Amino acid sequence: MIVNHNIWDPLHECLERRDLERLQLARLRATLARVSQVPCYQNKFKQAGVGPDDIHTLEDLAKLPFTVKDDLRQNYPYGMFTVPMRDVVRIHSSSGTTGKPTVVGYSRKDLNDWSNLVARFMTAAGVVADDIVHIAFGYGLFTGAFGLHYGAEMIGSAVIPMSGGNTERQIMILKDYEATALVCTPSYALTLADRIAKMGHDPRTYLSLKVGLFGGEPWSEELRREIESRLNIIATDNYGLSEIIGPGVAGECLCKKGMHIFEDHFIPEIINPDTGEVLPPGEKGELVLTNIVQEAMPLIRYRTRDITCLHYDKCECGRTLVRMEKTMGRTDDMLIIKGVNVFPTQIEEVLFQVEGCEPHYQLIIERKGTLDTLEVHIEVNENIFFDEMRKQRAFVEMLEKRLATNIGLHAKIKLVEPSLIPRHEGKANRIIDKRNK
Amino acid sequence: MKVKQISIFIENKSGRLAEVTRLLGEKGVNIQALSLADTSDFGILRLLVDNTDVALETLKEGGFTVNKTEVVAVEVPDQPGGLCEILQVLDKTEVNVEYMYAFVARNVGNAVIIFRFDEIDSAIETLQKEGVNLLTREQLYGL
Ligand SMILES: [Zn+2]
Repeated sequence: MIVNHNIWDPLHECLERRDLERLQLARLRATLARVSQVPCYQNKFKQAGVGPDDIHTLEDLAKLPFTVKDDLRQNYPYGMFTVPMRDVVRIHSSSGTTGKPTVVGYSRKDLNDWSNLVARFMTAAGVVADDIVHIAFGYGLFTGAFGLHYGAEMIGSAVIPMSGGNTERQIMILKDYEATALVCTPSYALTLADRIAKMGHDPRTYLSLKVGLFGGEPWSEELRREIESRLNIIATDNYGLSEIIGPGVAGECLCKKGMHIFEDHFIPEIINPDTGEVLPPGEKGELVLTNIVQEAMPLIRYRTRDITCLHYDKCECGRTLVRMEKTMGRTDDMLIIKGVNVFPTQIEEVLFQVEGCEPHYQLIIERKGTLDTLEVHIEVNENIFFDEMRKQRAFVEMLEKRLATNIGLHAKIKLVEPSLIPRHEGKANRIIDKRNK
Repeated sequence: MKVKQISIFIENKSGRLAEVTRLLGEKGVNIQALSLADTSDFGILRLLVDNTDVALETLKEGGFTVNKTEVVAVEVPDQPGGLCEILQVLDKTEVNVEYMYAFVARNVGNAVIIFRFDEIDSAIETLQKEGVNLLTREQLYGL
């Protein structure tokens, strides 16, 4: 039985897998025919010795080469577009911190599709036409604000295009306009709660908010619980990246058991980031997305660099769409030690939790015989330096234990004198991998 | 009855101990006693010096991690079994010793043992009650 509450597009969100796959294959083949007109893809297909005609099943997708962020940079600004500029009605851009940004184009139909995709996850979070949606993302080249804006409008909610900044004014508008849904980054939600409390009001009752749609930065389950209890709202997560439409790739339903990927628009794959091999369902790896609907700039097998895993078992909400877990890190930072994926951020987290410990550390990975070893060098400071050897040893053992629990791997902790670890020079110096020498 | 001691974290590699003594020597700080506890990775160097504040500042500026702690200096009577008596007092009273080290103090003439106690105030009280001779900072440095 399908319960149609909170489902924007029941036809596409509750398809039987067989029907979904049939739709995906047809859309994939049509998209491949279109991208074959783009020089970048012509070259890629030629080099790989495959083409659209070799794709007969969804499994054949794995034969196609990947698209990476660098392809977008090399074809900057408009080289990846599959339609002439007369059909492009909007241009957005990634918030790239280094070098040239990456550009994305939308046709009129793309904007309409995008609005419907965002409407899907906003509806899944409980947003309806009666709602008043306060958008505190910055409006601009970044896709976040416009995406949520269009989605809310599509649902028929009243949209307040607040944009970022000026927290006290935000609170006044939220209060006076009786906003019921909040769109911002999760950390800004806490800033709002703090400020309301500082103004002498109870953040749980001061506003009319009932739901928050948070994104734009990674956030944990603990942070979700904190936001929910402090603002007395339901907090939901969604996923998207500007290269692939923006927000609207995936979003949570109220079961909060992962984000449903809108598979009728995007085909997800999980790959081993080192070998490029496609991994079976349930395994953790890099998310690869193929855009099978977009007109202006569909990307084929785009490597998102985000690590997650996919769950295909049925969700209680009635949607048949696959669910992706919260992203667990970026492949750029991932280390594989003894077959275990380790992210420097996990180690940083452990250090942050220890009082007095500053996250000045260095990871040394070596291969002794056939075994990989991880050594974590931590700079000592007065707070974690004890004059008694017994206490100093206990401190090291406590850290080793916590690290082992967190990363699933034994790492040897070595305390080092301060300033021997280079600071503020990026991750290159934080990680010394001696295995490939 | 408390004597100030400084502890320095040093990595187990050549030159670090020499660097500590060089820095202190340059500032004219005199090292009265020295003890090193070490593991294969690092060591904790403990020093009694005539000018604790200057030593602390100098080493911090030199990039070392330094802590100041308080210890008790006990004079060992110049007679057979002198050390044994003190240790028996400690045993009997269940005072908890974190570590200890000994040296011969020029100004005292006798062997001096430095004790680091878990609870220094109650340890001092106990030792004094038992008639153990505790040295003041002035006695130790001959000031
Ligand atoms: Zn669901």
